[in-house]
Amino acid sequence: MLTKRMALVGDALGHVALPGMGLALLFGFNVSIGAFLFLLLGIFLIWVFEIKTSLPMEALVGIVFVASLAIGFLIVPEPELLEALLGDISKVSFEMAIASIIFSLLIFFVIKHIYPKMILANISEDLAKSQGIKVKKENFIYLLSIAAMVALGVKIVGSLLVGALVIIPAATARNLSKNLKEYSLGSLVLGILSCLFGSLLFKITHLPAGPLIIVTSTLFFLISLIFKR
Amino acid sequence: MENLILKVKNLNVELEGEEILKDLSFEVKEGEVLTILGPNGAGKTVLLKALLGILPYKGEIEWKAEIKIGYVPQRLPFIKDIPMSVKEFFALKNVSEKETEEVLKSIGLKEEIFEKKIGELSSGQFQRILVGWALSSNPQVLLFDEPMTGIDIGGQESIYNLLEKLKKEKNLTILLVTHDLSIVYKFATNCLCLNKKVLCYSTPKELTTERLSQLYGGKIKFYEHKHE
Repeated sequence: MLTKRMALVGDALGHVALPGMGLALLFGFNVSIGAFLFLLLGIFLIWVFEIKTSLPMEALVGIVFVASLAIGFLIVPEPELLEALLGDISKVSFEMAIASIIFSLLIFFVIKHIYPKMILANISEDLAKSQGIKVKKENFIYLLSIAAMVALGVKIVGSLLVGALVIIPAATARNLSKNLKEYSLGSLVLGILSCLFGSLLFKITHLPAGPLIIVTSTLFFLISLIFKR
Repeated sequence: MENLILKVKNLNVELEGEEILKDLSFEVKEGEVLTILGPNGAGKTVLLKALLGILPYKGEIEWKAEIKIGYVPQRLPFIKDIPMSVKEFFALKNVSEKETEEVLKSIGLKEEIFEKKIGELSSGQFQRILVGWALSSNPQVLLFDEPMTGIDIGGQESIYNLLEKLKKEKNLTILLVTHDLSIVYKFATNCLCLNKKVLCYSTPKELTTERLSQLYGGKIKFYEHKHE
């Protein structure tokens, strides 16, 4: 995401998930499923807008994201609003946790498969195309994976903060790494550590887990500035 | 048809309703170095992209069957944003470590550069890496889009010497977009002057001052330096 200069897309997609979460809470089905459906819709809209106008991606994402936020506020019932925005790790059931792990692994292997092609396309679309890579197709798979990832993440850290979980560990890893291997492995490890420490703090302080996780990962980021390479 | 690598006939490229290339026809034989000259916006890059099949076109582009093409693009502005070692850059192309080593050696780079971060290379080194990247997996044809942008004269010299050496060793055919006329005179076997349509298609010797003025507009004189 960072290499694509699309860091804010992850952030925006979190907000796009909000109306879906609202509907899910209203009608009592799984929040992640609601989020995922709306994420698909959001991605589809951004894609259509991109074809129809020559506005930059950020502007389009911006439009979709504030619109969904507004709709989300209208739909989500007030008592649940805070949960939708900030997430609630204590509401994650055991079955849901297992399902999350399975989906995460799936996403992990999909991303791993398209990773070299995406990196090449990030460097230069022409170069990728000259190697016979179908950039549009890979991009679509990539966006789908992100949507799935965000849908899983909103349950834990909420729609406001899920973007941070996508961006911060990667930004930290980038500060610390000198090659791709360190970069991807570093993002992974830092993401896990942030969640672990954040959850631990939640157990101790009983403050909401989502913000604690994000604060922890931001702390890692600040530390990384000292060791920047 | 002997040793014909590429045949282009009545090539037309239109982008967003604007005619970029009109009625281009030319041929490239094995071992030739075709330089493509023309002012900015003449459609040189577009031509390369059409040849690579990246852009839609009308007309005929006929490559020799099962030919392998290496492509060196004009600029790669984003590559330095990504933490990536030289080794990993080659791995993106599924080139084995052993082959990467051989390629790096053939372009005059030492093994130490293997683990170096792409962002930390000098522009001359980086350009060499790009040439090496295009050369790995053994292409018969190289397509170069202004490979010397932003490289000092010494660096340019060495890259062209490198190309000349590789061409001899591997019987490479090279298509080269450039603004550098001295290269054309020194290195090219043929040149194609382009400004949306073909203005001239000849050997470098026939490329007169008159033709160049016609191509670039205004007065251009080129003094061929003789060092021998």
